[in-house]
Amino acid sequence: MTDPVPGTGPFQHDRVGPAAVRLDGFGFRHASRRAWAVRDVDLRVEAGQRVLLTGASGAGKSTLLRALGGLLEPESGDVAGELTVDGAVPDRRRRPVGVVFQDPDSQLVMTRAGDDVAFGLENTGTPPALIWPAVDTALDAVGFDLGRDQATAALSGGQKQRLVLAGALAPRPGLLLLDEPTAQLDPDGAALVRAAVTRAVADRSATLVVVDHDVEAWLPLVDRVVELLPGGGTVEHPPGWRPAPLRMPARGVHTPGAELLAGEAVGFTHRGSARPALAATDVVLPAGRTLAVTGPNGTGKSTLALLLAGLRAPTTGRVVAAPALTAGLRRPELPPHRWPAVELANRIGTVFQQPEHQFLTGRVRDELSLGPLRSGAGAAQARATAEELLERLGLAALADANPFTLSGGQQRRLSVATALATAPRVLVLDEPTFGQDRETWAELVALLADQQDGDRALCLVTHDAAVVTALADDVLHLRSPVPA
Amino acid sequence: MSAPLSLGPARPVPLSAVNPVAQLTAIVVVTVVLLVSGDLVTSAVLLTAELALLPAAGLTRPGDVLRRTWPLLLSALGVAWVNVAFGSLDGAEAWLSGATWALRVVALALPGILLVASTDPVRLADALTLHWRLSTRFAYGALAALRLVPLLAAEWETIRLARRARGVDGGRNPAAHVRLLASTAFGLLVGAIRRGSRLATAMDARGFDSGVARTNARGSRLRPLDGWAVAAAVAVCAVAVTASVLTGAWSPALS
Repeated sequence: MTDPVPGTGPFQHDRVGPAAVRLDGFGFRHASRRAWAVRDVDLRVEAGQRVLLTGASGAGKSTLLRALGGLLEPESGDVAGELTVDGAVPDRRRRPVGVVFQDPDSQLVMTRAGDDVAFGLENTGTPPALIWPAVDTALDAVGFDLGRDQATAALSGGQKQRLVLAGALAPRPGLLLLDEPTAQLDPDGAALVRAAVTRAVADRSATLVVVDHDVEAWLPLVDRVVELLPGGGTVEHPPGWRPAPLRMPARGVHTPGAELLAGEAVGFTHRGSARPALAATDVVLPAGRTLAVTGPNGTGKSTLALLLAGLRAPTTGRVVAAPALTAGLRRPELPPHRWPAVELANRIGTVFQQPEHQFLTGRVRDELSLGPLRSGAGAAQARATAEELLERLGLAALADANPFTLSGGQQRRLSVATALATAPRVLVLDEPTFGQDRETWAELVALLADQQDGDRALCLVTHDAAVVTALADDVLHLRSPVPA
Repeated sequence: MSAPLSLGPARPVPLSAVNPVAQLTAIVVVTVVLLVSGDLVTSAVLLTAELALLPAAGLTRPGDVLRRTWPLLLSALGVAWVNVAFGSLDGAEAWLSGATWALRVVALALPGILLVASTDPVRLADALTLHWRLSTRFAYGALAALRLVPLLAAEWETIRLARRARGVDGGRNPAAHVRLLASTAFGLLVGAIRRGSRLATAMDARGFDSGVARTNARGSRLRPLDGWAVAAAVAVCAVAVTASVLTGAWSPALS
């Protein structure tokens, strides 16, 4: 990067250069919660150091990061111990802190790339004449080369997140905080963002704290790995430490049974769009097999899942259900997207990327009995199905909890369970392991392995190579219709 | 998801050269004249001038014009119909009153459509905060929220499909359809609040509304052209009122 923006008027940094962080017995408890979100954290981060903060879901990583960024209002909970950045309580008016969160869409403010990077500089009162050079420096620092006038809405997830990073860096913060910045990106996008971070912190002009459960990806960049323990406190891992390998379920041998569902040259084009979202594709789902659909973003993987799941009508080709699947339908000649919803749920189960979209009730137990009840099972039988699934999926202790209050991993398991409750013969899952920590990943993959039996066909849309290794019998790799 | 909702013009149109606050001033002038006058001639003259500006706002193809104005045309027709059907007048007078109302409604709303079609929301926020001292918290907060609208449209579709996947649809029962719509809307609202609060935290982290006086990177310049634009609006209004008085149609509402 070039020279720091000279301090003028209100845009006057107390210090220019990387910040030192110090936590002494720090803890935070959100108002109205009994348990501490994070507690007993002692940590020193030297100026210019790069630290990876890891730990299981719910260990308080994000809360700690927000505290470092000065984003926890003191009145929003109880604080224990001390937390200082450069010897003072974090205060964004004195010295900007750069923060990047998970979801790029809820971080971009402006419609054009340059305006968005300028946003933080405007907020800190930078004189207009100094803003554009600083914007160009920040865009260059992250390797964003599409120009200031690029419309932000038209960017890919990785590019958006790179722009968010530029916006965080533009006011030249002494401390850069990243909260799972690649969790919502495909592998290409994640690599792009990590490369941008590497480039941006190469000169050690900012201290870096990254929160992520994907440890391996950050190891080449960081100096230290600190693990936050769920009960409070931290463990510092020695240099050269690597996380334990993923637990893989035992692989069974799956012989293909009768064909259940097939897509014959199915394709989909959004109304008013010139380019197809999914180019014509042939696909077959035989009973007993698991098909993984892979490929870069924009090739229509999720669209294919929606077509096979009977949720969207293809604009070209057709989805054909075999008699084994259509048995019992009043009009078996209709394609799946014309089936009544109840009949569809009994035959083809779908698990969406965001589990919350699928929850319809206020209790885990009700969530599981809803499907059987709607398909005409008696109350007693629906309850029995729910109890059995609660046991099998390790959710029994949460039977009366509200689905929306569960952790990410628990929600994911529940959404699979709700799809299983109606015993469909075809199960379609869109990115089932997206953004999961190692423990939840292993639980979920084991759960899906249990569903692989001779009667059922699974279709997994995924970017996750480990899931493909663990579960897939067949792989359909979609390619970009336009050569890149 | 259907075509993404557009925020302002894709590329500047001739009318974009006029500063948004000058456009707003012109709109205020025209609106006042239309509200005060109640006759066919004034409305017709002003509407003609507004229609002449459509190409300058980039609305040259009839399809584009119709896409932006159909709700307006529909409500104008509704107003006219109510006047003809339920007004106190009969025969030709009723039709004249209906037509006057319809023209007035269109003439009142069209300037707003011209503004939206020709103005980038960012420039509008810049102009309002710099020239009219509108709160930056409000202006840029609204701008950020506007960005979320297309995302909401996509989310609505996802929630709808997710419910169908769970075996929930309205079938042939209209009451079930209404219930489903309400619960989908609730799901969307929950999602929107979450996303909104995430956005607020992110803006907070970038120092938005932290008590430091905000600067503006783009600025918003007022040029002679902007004065001429307002003057032109005043002149057209003068012509319209003069024509109305000369033809004997002038019958101000506030007298």
